[in-house]
Amino acid sequence: MAKPFPFSAIVAQEEMKRALLLAAIDPSIGGVLIFGDRGTGKSTAVRALAALLPPMRAVVGDPYNRAPDPAARGEKTHLVPVPVVDLPLGATEDRVVGALDLEKALVSGEKAFQPGLLARAHRGFLYIDEANLLEDHLVDVLLDVAASGENVVEREGLSLRHPARFVLVGSGNPEEGELRPQLLDRFGLSVEVTTPADLPTRIEVVKRRDAFDRDPEGFIALWRAKDAALGRRLTAGRKRLPELVTSDAALHRAAELCLHLGTDGLRGELTLIRAARALAALEGKAEVLDCHIRSVAPMALRHRLRRNPLDEARATLRVDRALTEVFGP
Amino acid sequence: MSGAGAAIPEPPSLWQRAEIAIALLALDPAALGGLSLRAPAGPVREALLARLARLLDGRPLRRLPAQIADARLHGGLDLAATLASGRPVSERGLLAESDGGVLVAAMAERMETGLAARLAAVLDSGEVAAARDLSGSGPLSRIGILALDEGASLDEAPPPALTERLGLMLDLTGLSHRDIAPDGIDPADLTDARRRLPGITIGDEAIEALCAACLALGIGSGRAPLQAVKAARMLAALAGREAVAQEDAALAAALVLAPRATQNPAASQPEDAPPPPPQPDPVEAEDPAAKDRPAELDDLVLEAARAAIPAGLLAQLLAQGGRSRAGTAGKAGLMQSSALRGRSIGARPGETGRGARLAIVETLRAAAPWQTLRRREQPDRSGLIIRRGDFRVARYRQRSETATLFIVDASGSSALQRLAEAKGAVRLLLAECYIRRDEVALIAFRRREAELVLPPTRSLVAAERALAALPAGGATPLATAIAAAAALAEGVARKGRTPALVFMTDGRANIDRDGQPGRVKAQEDAMQAALALRGAGLRALLIDTSPQPQRQAAALAQEMGARYVPLPQADAASVGRAVGALLPGR
Repeated sequence: MAKPFPFSAIVAQEEMKRALLLAAIDPSIGGVLIFGDRGTGKSTAVRALAALLPPMRAVVGDPYNRAPDPAARGEKTHLVPVPVVDLPLGATEDRVVGALDLEKALVSGEKAFQPGLLARAHRGFLYIDEANLLEDHLVDVLLDVAASGENVVEREGLSLRHPARFVLVGSGNPEEGELRPQLLDRFGLSVEVTTPADLPTRIEVVKRRDAFDRDPEGFIALWRAKDAALGRRLTAGRKRLPELVTSDAALHRAAELCLHLGTDGLRGELTLIRAARALAALEGKAEVLDCHIRSVAPMALRHRLRRNPLDEARATLRVDRALTEVFGP
Repeated sequence: MSGAGAAIPEPPSLWQRAEIAIALLALDPAALGGLSLRAPAGPVREALLARLARLLDGRPLRRLPAQIADARLHGGLDLAATLASGRPVSERGLLAESDGGVLVAAMAERMETGLAARLAAVLDSGEVAAARDLSGSGPLSRIGILALDEGASLDEAPPPALTERLGLMLDLTGLSHRDIAPDGIDPADLTDARRRLPGITIGDEAIEALCAACLALGIGSGRAPLQAVKAARMLAALAGREAVAQEDAALAAALVLAPRATQNPAASQPEDAPPPPPQPDPVEAEDPAAKDRPAELDDLVLEAARAAIPAGLLAQLLAQGGRSRAGTAGKAGLMQSSALRGRSIGARPGETGRGARLAIVETLRAAAPWQTLRRREQPDRSGLIIRRGDFRVARYRQRSETATLFIVDASGSSALQRLAEAKGAVRLLLAECYIRRDEVALIAFRRREAELVLPPTRSLVAAERALAALPAGGATPLATAIAAAAALAEGVARKGRTPALVFMTDGRANIDRDGQPGRVKAQEDAMQAALALRGAGLRALLIDTSPQPQRQAAALAQEMGARYVPLPQADAASVGRAVGALLPGR
């Protein structure tokens, strides 16, 4: 597989990078939705992120990348890179969910299951480009699996279930159609990316990418130290996360903010706290501070505002205003 | 820069550009992703294809059928051969077979977004996503795609997910066979160029000039400047240079950037353009680029690009995309959903007959696991043993989607208030369509013309933007409006949608078909247009928006076979209800 572009070499796009890092520290945040034009490096960023993460230990030959069971001895394990699986538009349900293994069936008359993309994405990332154009029946499957962390297959005489927990990363351009509200809500964080508007940044983007395309190995070597440092911060952040203190005051602040914005349900509040915790962990802090909540509030809440669906552009503004009202300027 | 100071030759003609684009495609098919070639089928296109075949010199050149099966595209188990031989026989997919060469997609303007997405993935990764291999990597497929686009309007274009990745773009609509010039490039030239390519250098100023041109032309994607840089390198290699010269950068801009322009560089920011997004911090505090860049090269590159912008592209963008700068990108949602029509949604057990079609693969799938067992039971039978219970029939979902077209009188006689109601109704319907995934379009007519303010869309963002800036006042060109509505409805129907027309007017025309004022002739023309519309057999509704119901409006409605609804106190909600009654299933 081609080597991914180094994460630290991605120019600008700070909010997208931060959202992805947070989702990687705490997968229970529920993934990231990236809205923006084509050619802004969304897919590059996801692949780069997965390459930052340390390889994971999995049982040899297990089609679901399952982690070894500590109780079972003698299991052969090996280290595998964190998977990034693309779910292309127009993928058949067979491909996504898995289906009868035709080869085994035809050759040996054996009824076996051939795992699909959901199985491959387990413990990794599932990337959906143009998520807003995804066909409804696939959206239904995704919602179901994302909620339960398990893929249940009942078809063609097959009956089985396997774990499928992954970080969902979706991208899309709102000009081309809206995302279904249910799927929108399912994403933990949402960010908007635009092409940098200033010339020097654009030139830097092109120069770096061109250098990478011409000599991937050399370019990666140039950024290896920075990527490794970021990777260590990620790993340290993941370790620190369980011990991180969330004060009642912080919880109170988060609740106040959500109340102020009138977000539906508890999911927003939960995501806000989780994202703030992940940010604190990433920054090496022992406790969630106001600044963490403030910093993640736009990406955790802007897509959940109960609003006139036509009023998209003002969502960020409303979150900002509420932040000022709750936290002061 | 090696070419500095040299006299710049005449910019190449359209045919020459086409020839060079074909040469670049053959030089290294995968480097630029490919070529999107808009041209009708004919001698020009054939000549270019023949030239491509010659220049590829034995490298693969394959055709991609529009309705290719996934297994054939990606490769996988060859069902027929496996059944025949009793051991797994896998076939290489078309993508793997084309590795190192060019895949020709005919009728690319009708390509499904699903197929485009799969091709895009291959272009991005250079390999086939293997269905079986759990490691996630498949056979190599470094290909260039030649998308043959026979679309007649901007609306009819290959899916943007694909064209975005095809570095080269050409519109040869105006060329005739008389423009075809004899071959200028030889396969041997390409061999030399390939050898030279890895060593070609490009100066910072050329990269900067190409980026600046992107900005000036309103090109948002980060891929375009990168493709232009690559193209410049390849052009230098083709010309026998060791470094990118000015003319290479200029030609690269003409080939890669010009067709993606969304604004004329000469024009300053239009007043109603959205404010630029907040500027992220530049990566480097001091910018070595901006200070001492020769402005000359910037101008040269930009001028080359501007000269190559296809005639009418910007005008068309303005006319169709309304005020949207991202107009070109906003079409994918429209294109793809026509594929929904009669989409197969799997199979179920059942018998054929009564309109049900046997799903052969699914039936084989169902029968396959049992073959060994069944053969044991019936050792004398040869071949596949299929029983009745294995039969699967295909299920299709024929979902005819609706597109509601509003034709709104924005003239002085209907006044501003009417327009506000129409806008409100469109908003309401859009919010509804958002859930049902139908489409809405809006034509406004005033003065001498009918303007498509909102092309058929499901996008709330696009709709909101188009509606916000709707002008009003002036005369009433009713005949023109009806004709425009009929044309739009036909286009919608062609895409497999069911159009429904909603006219909001008082029916008092005062501009005739030719744009001349005069009440009598204008009314006659309007009636004639209405009659023509009835011929098309479309569902229509005419909402009389005048304070008192108008005789003309009622007559007009009758003539076009529309339901007539006087709504003197029309407000958004009652318009919404009236439209709801027109359409079934609401």
